[in-house]
Amino acid sequence: MCLAIPALVKSMDGYFAEVEIGGLTRQASLQLTPEARVGDYVLLHTGYAISIIDQREAEETLKLLEEMANQPDDYHQGQLYTMVD
Amino acid sequence: MKFIDDYRDPKLGQRLIDRIQHLSTTPVRFMEFCGGHTVAIFRHGIRQLLPRTIEMLSGPGCPVCVTANQDLDKAIALARQPGVIIASFGDMLRVPGSHSSLQQAKAEGGDVRVVYSTQDALAIARENPDKALVFIGIGFETTAPTIAASIIQAEAEGINNYYVLSFHKLCPPVMKAILDLGEVSLSGIICPGHVSAIIGSHPYDFIPQDYGIACAVAGFEPLDILLSIDMLINQIETEQYRVEIAYRRGVRPEGNHQALKLMDSVFETGDANWRGIGIVPASGLKLSQKYQRFDAESNFAIDPGPAREPAGCICGSILRGISTPADCRLFKNSCTPEDPVGPCMVSSEGACATYYHYGDTGGG
Ligand code: SF4
Repeated sequence: MCLAIPALVKSMDGYFAEVEIGGLTRQASLQLTPEARVGDYVLLHTGYAISIIDQREAEETLKLLEEMANQPDDYHQGQLYTMVD
Repeated sequence: MKFIDDYRDPKLGQRLIDRIQHLSTTPVRFMEFCGGHTVAIFRHGIRQLLPRTIEMLSGPGCPVCVTANQDLDKAIALARQPGVIIASFGDMLRVPGSHSSLQQAKAEGGDVRVVYSTQDALAIARENPDKALVFIGIGFETTAPTIAASIIQAEAEGINNYYVLSFHKLCPPVMKAILDLGEVSLSGIICPGHVSAIIGSHPYDFIPQDYGIACAVAGFEPLDILLSIDMLINQIETEQYRVEIAYRRGVRPEGNHQALKLMDSVFETGDANWRGIGIVPASGLKLSQKYQRFDAESNFAIDPGPAREPAGCICGSILRGISTPADCRLFKNSCTPEDPVGPCMVSSEGACATYYHYGDTGGG
């Protein structure tokens, strides 16, 4: 029920936006994310954007995952997690 | 799809599993609080791939499942009142209440409509000014701000036939209730990603601080979940317990300020009745004094009579983490998704439905 999926904000008119999800256009309310702008990705839950996806954090997490996969022995040094703190 | 496919890379997933296997030395038991996590874990076969040292339990994080029959009965009773249109998220319709269901009330002439969003409910209210539109407000902190937003919009537009029957529930208080019950010993909790997009990670600080167990907020793709499990194992192996976020692209430690502000202005906390757990203090949201005119409970006389639980259904113990669907003798016998006895088999993220679809051995 708490499902939310990434959606790209295509256009806005006040709080109302058209967003794109996997090629399909849908209506969304930006009442909960008033700082969202065209070009942002938001997490869409029951027609409302509940969070703006932080693209830099998304990349950082992927980088972290890659490093974890490649350096399992560094684990107990506690080094890896500090990268994203 | 962007922000999804990258977090499903099977090769990377396998390497993370290897790493977790390598690092996990002591037996641990984790609860994934959220039903959405249970589904993702089963769908991607994560339980089966994890080392034997790690046991995963499903928690009470399914809003449909935790709605008590007393509350569901109120919604069904309202659906039978003339001049009332009920709007509900789809899964609620098939949940058997004490004597009937919303679906049955609809079949018997009640005006019950499935909506995807409160925006749809508002549209129905606008189109039917001579009727009362009652939205069945279920859901956790992810959903509650959207209901708050709809009430503020109704107020601004002067829609005066829109009401909410608020059964909204809060996650941190019920996590505390489960930990205090002490029926299951947990080494760590995977916290719900989209609840946390709203409330942030700080409301979980009491988990490591007061209970000395590991805590991580996870997203819903397999790599998100594996990252959170890795974090939990790391906390346990180094004995440094804290709340970590494995879903930073969607969750900020402070949460969503605007959503919290809307929730605060429309709702106040009150006791809530959880299926299987009972009344948990300050774990629910009721409409605040200022918005009483949108509150279905204060504006309609509702008397559903005494509630009863479906005979033989052990949803309650499953939601508390002390049983699994395989322990229920009705599971797959008289209880199936086509003919469900309890809510955990109705909801697409209920533990029974998930075990049914993906195998009850805990694998994929
Ligand atoms: S299998 Fe059916 S009857 Fe048994 S606990 Fe699950 S929902 Fe209830």
